[in-house]
Amino acid sequence: MDVLILSRLQFAVASMFHFLFVPLTLGLSILLAIMEWKYVRTGDEEYKRMVKFWGRLFVINFVIGVLTGITLEFQFGTNWSKYSEYVGDIFGSLLAIESTLAFFLESSFLAVWIFGWDRVSKRLHAWSITIVAIASNVSAFWILAANAWMQNPVGYTIRNGRAELTDFFAVITQKLVFLEFLHVVSGAYILGGFFVMGISAYHLLKKQNIDFFTRSFRMALAFSMVFSILEVVNGHFSGNYVAEHQPAKLAAMESHWETQTYAPMALLTIPDEENERNLVELIKIPGILSFLAFNNLAAEVTGLKDIPKDERPPVALTFYPFRIMVLLGCLFPLLSIFGWIWRKKLIDHTRFLRIMLYAIPLPYLAIEMGWMVAEVGRQPWIVYGIMKTSDAVSPIAGSQVMVTLIAFTVLYSLLGIVDFLLLARIARKGPQGIEAASTGKEVRI
Amino acid sequence: METVWFILWGVLWGVYFLLDGYDLGAGALMPVMAKSEEDRKKIYNSIGPFWDGNEVWLITAGGVTFAAFPGTYATMFSALYSALMLVLFALILRGAGLAMREETANPRARRFWDVLFYVGSFLAALLFGVFFANIFKGVPIDGEGVFHGNLFTLLNPYGLMGGLLFLVFFFTHGSIWLALKTDGDLQERATRSALRFWRVLLVISVLFLVFSGILTSLYDNYLANPVLFIIPVITVVSLVLTGIFVMKRDWYKSWWTSSIYILSATLFGVIGIYPSLMPSSIDPAFSRTIHNTASSPLTLKIMLGVVVVFVPIVIAYQAWIHKLFGGKVKGDRSAYHEGY
Repeated sequence: MDVLILSRLQFAVASMFHFLFVPLTLGLSILLAIMEWKYVRTGDEEYKRMVKFWGRLFVINFVIGVLTGITLEFQFGTNWSKYSEYVGDIFGSLLAIESTLAFFLESSFLAVWIFGWDRVSKRLHAWSITIVAIASNVSAFWILAANAWMQNPVGYTIRNGRAELTDFFAVITQKLVFLEFLHVVSGAYILGGFFVMGISAYHLLKKQNIDFFTRSFRMALAFSMVFSILEVVNGHFSGNYVAEHQPAKLAAMESHWETQTYAPMALLTIPDEENERNLVELIKIPGILSFLAFNNLAAEVTGLKDIPKDERPPVALTFYPFRIMVLLGCLFPLLSIFGWIWRKKLIDHTRFLRIMLYAIPLPYLAIEMGWMVAEVGRQPWIVYGIMKTSDAVSPIAGSQVMVTLIAFTVLYSLLGIVDFLLLARIARKGPQGIEAASTGKEVRI
Repeated sequence: METVWFILWGVLWGVYFLLDGYDLGAGALMPVMAKSEEDRKKIYNSIGPFWDGNEVWLITAGGVTFAAFPGTYATMFSALYSALMLVLFALILRGAGLAMREETANPRARRFWDVLFYVGSFLAALLFGVFFANIFKGVPIDGEGVFHGNLFTLLNPYGLMGGLLFLVFFFTHGSIWLALKTDGDLQERATRSALRFWRVLLVISVLFLVFSGILTSLYDNYLANPVLFIIPVITVVSLVLTGIFVMKRDWYKSWWTSSIYILSATLFGVIGIYPSLMPSSIDPAFSRTIHNTASSPLTLKIMLGVVVVFVPIVIAYQAWIHKLFGGKVKGDRSAYHEGY
């Protein structure tokens, strides 16, 4: 295999694995801040117990997120040196700002929060997690500004054989930055909410710590409901944006081959990339795709056949992830609304609680699929319209990348398994497990 | 402007080494330092609140290389691909060990995480030295930034000496840190170890300065501009002072002088290669310099604004955190579990 494929695989492994941890950090930090401020305001010890229990899960997740993030920062240089040299003037500065503004705050105040229970005042302690929450979200803004620039480069000129910054403000305030930011953080908040609801559901099903987990569940429910509804709205606008700016990605997302007005959408589609058609198109309704993409039934939607073959993204790898993301994106508000209806008597709705327990992985899946749509759908470009991925790769030996790809895969799999087992164990033990540990007694399950 | 950024670049790496240096050093020394579970807990607790914040300096140093000198960032990390990847894997393993070992009560599992922790710390310290010594010496890169060699090219005598130098100064710095943060037997051992490694460091530093003259062209800038000799002089003086303070058991002062030593030793090499950031050993014309790899003036200006405003703030709150968690650590339980 050549260095390009290997490097792409490696980046996919490294970034998708990293992004298993990021959203929980983004979402749970906010829930923790809310819990802790409730504790500070009311003095109710139950909230403090909640902060400690959910906080412990948060910390483990955070550390793995940090460890897997360090490699990403360097992979642009190691594997994508041509890219780094070509766009570093813009892209590099956004990463450096992210680190200076956000990572220091995050790591430093997380330390105050973890180790500072007996050393700082209650308020300062609550501020620490608040700062962690804000800093995480600030970091998301900068990295997404960098990604938005790859999707839709603005504020630059090609000079000295590379892209040079001409308008910093344009780079960080273009519409896509805000669409992407809201889309990604809402997804992360949904994930945080479902994580808390799922684990709470487990304990409510077992009828243990009922008050503790009912409170946790409701708090997460309100949070997830708001953001899962917002996400649907945002998703629609994001789709409009893609339709307008990246017609090839839209066509691949929908496996749409012929350019036409009143473009239809089928209930079930199975793409056949090789023969440039769809194998199955069940129940086709005209105009729906035009309407979803451009808010106009008559709008013309470009088909893949009108896009040169060497500028088409891989269809199946864009189409299926998009379908999965959208289906899940519609499921989350529904589940949240049912939860809201039954919120007073959660404990009686065992079937719903069981669904919520098994729903924990779904937001993870939706988020990873979303990134696949965004990144695979942008291919063959690394920076849309100005640089192809094949021109971006480092002039290094494929064998080196093969070795590190295997190393990453093995190491990350093991890390992932350990992390999962650990979180599951702590989650199962519930708040008593944490309290026993902090008094020095070990509890075994 | 490029020169300002060049100096900032060197300073950022230096600050990273002096900060992560103590926690990597303390970690790598764990197998010889810790005689009991209590000692191990003390070592972990002494770096618990700080290591992550220290590691962000690495991310920032990398990020700043990317932002200010994208061409250097691209060549440096792709040419030295395997070495850098090894460093990153070492840092991941060490972090995993550090985070996971308190999560289990099983002594065998703990030993496993401990091994990851100290082996990872050791490797990272060693490899950073090999990495930077090779940069100071010059690396076989051609005009396209393609590396003509492999991992073993880097393991030349000067590179290995750099690795050894880094290892020993991380050991010294880490020992001083442990002496500062602990008491009792552990502190005694840390004191002896600080003294021992300080003596070795003195020898290696002198050898390194001498061999830099024989094997590299680092001194050219100094000879052209003798006032710069102040940097190696500071390096040597701070190292001597470090030893004196260690003997007096004045831990704060010895930590500071050893930090100044690390910073000035880094700058010694960095200033020696100016205006290159990554000299080519094939032909100086292929070197990646501040002239052929710097970002546009606009980007450099924006980034300078960001750094001038925010880095002092970062230093202020990190200093506050070091003060907040100052004092001797306990070994009776994990600090992670103090709160959780």
